[in-house]
Amino acid sequence: MKKNILQYLEEIAQQYKNKTAFGELNREITYAELLTNSQKIGTGLTSLEKINQPIAILLEKSVACLETMMGVLYSGNFYTILDMKSPNERLISILDTLQPIAIIVDEKNKAKAVEIAKGNQKIYLYEELMKESIKPEELEEIRSKMIDTDPMYILFTSGSTGVPKGTVINHKAVIAYAHWAKETFDINENTIWGSQTPFYFSMSITDIFTTILSGATFYIIPKMYFSFPVKLLQYLEEKKVNTIYWVPSALCIVANLKALEEVKLTHLEKILFAGEVMPTKQLNMWIEYFPNALFANLFGPTETTDICAYYIIDRKLENTESIPIGRHCDNCSVMIIKEDGTEAQKGEEGELCVRGSFLAQGYYNNPVQTQKVFVQNPLNQAYPEIIYKTGDIVKENERGELIYLSRKDFQIKHMGYRIELGEIETAINAIDNIVACASVYDEKADKIVLFYQGDKLAEKDLLEQAGKRLPKYMCPNEIYCLDRMPYNANGKIDRKKLKTMI
Amino acid sequence: MEELLKLLKKIKPEVNFENNEHLIDNEELDSFDIVSIVSAINEEFDIEIGAGDIVPENFNSVEAIYNLIQKLED
Repeated sequence: MKKNILQYLEEIAQQYKNKTAFGELNREITYAELLTNSQKIGTGLTSLEKINQPIAILLEKSVACLETMMGVLYSGNFYTILDMKSPNERLISILDTLQPIAIIVDEKNKAKAVEIAKGNQKIYLYEELMKESIKPEELEEIRSKMIDTDPMYILFTSGSTGVPKGTVINHKAVIAYAHWAKETFDINENTIWGSQTPFYFSMSITDIFTTILSGATFYIIPKMYFSFPVKLLQYLEEKKVNTIYWVPSALCIVANLKALEEVKLTHLEKILFAGEVMPTKQLNMWIEYFPNALFANLFGPTETTDICAYYIIDRKLENTESIPIGRHCDNCSVMIIKEDGTEAQKGEEGELCVRGSFLAQGYYNNPVQTQKVFVQNPLNQAYPEIIYKTGDIVKENERGELIYLSRKDFQIKHMGYRIELGEIETAINAIDNIVACASVYDEKADKIVLFYQGDKLAEKDLLEQAGKRLPKYMCPNEIYCLDRMPYNANGKIDRKKLKTMI
Repeated sequence: MEELLKLLKKIKPEVNFENNEHLIDNEELDSFDIVSIVSAINEEFDIEIGAGDIVPENFNSVEAIYNLIQKLED
């Protein structure tokens, strides 16, 4: 029984010292190097003389970022990965909630860290931390004070009030979750991951930490390759990647551009996806090329570490059929709760609720939002037991598989990201001369459509303004200026009406 | 060329396409833009840009995209 993810790293690093742990385009490190480098960084951070405090990491998706994540954990603290591409305003809003004691950045991006820290945080340079000499006694002393319910990281997702929410995930949750993923998909020392998802996104937990649990190898795929599928597939082949866990959008790009015809992938055997609905048509295109590979649809929110239910594709699905989200993961319990608080019967719709060790502890510095969705299990009156209400409406089909139907609120899934339309509206409303606005999601076209009332702005100017406040994936894809917004009987903007106007 | 520029501006109004030779290198276009651009061009110019032609060199500037279309039209 281990209490800390680093104990797994230490054990694996003993066993697979000289094996490549993590790699990127121009750099690879072995398990022994990973261990040494993270301990150096961890030692450097002991000068903060604090444990169990948040530290923000402002690094691009890189081996250096992975070393820094482990380094923060060695220092007895927990990390938040900041999205380098996010506008400063959003990063500052995250820092306001997180109140980190330090920011770690590299030489290249130091200026950005200085801008967002506004003098509130101590800034450490990755390059400097790597020069430290390890102090094993200090690191050991820190470890002795840690428990498995200490936070490991805080992952920020879109919040409906316009302020991002920080999900608190502890060591125990990551260990329990990564164990499940490792066992279920047989991730072992022969696994070679080709990683697509950003480290500030919950899906990356799966490939990073199953790697650490099993002695696998993990290659970061340069983001640019997803624009150029032939290059992407050549890279996978060159690195002998046999396992991928991508958002459906990335799989669809490859399928739609017919890149699988151009490059033969001789190693690929496991294809996992999550983050949004995978279109069955494109899934079938992939299956055609890899009839013997394992395909699995994974489902879950950041609040259950990454996943709570999964479906291994075990039959031919028609293009018109949606892919089930399947059954609960082992050691994770899901239930469908109806609006009256009772359990749904087979075929009845209800909200998907989750209990077990995969669960987050709540939202950082945000008791109001935490209490809304981390609640006492309505089916258990005997003792305190917290469940998480996902906000996803699901039902069980005749085969006993869970089927995803919709979101309870205005949250959408777009390009793999979970987005609150409210956050987009808050940002757009903040632009001068905007009287009112509402955004709706066009599921068919996978587009965020914005309607606004106010002085007509050139689309380009509006997008430029929006881009200052929102990450790119949250910016509207289509914009309409209306003379007057439609309102419903309750005086709320009539979103249903707007949807008919797309 | 005019037609192409109009089409590109419709897909990405916030990008300045003229005199820009680093659309990809500067990450002004991402993978989703490339997919939209490829399918719009295929439809508008009645050609088929194959995966083998979807390489950074062919998308770094309007001229490069234009040359690719010319090549495929021949």
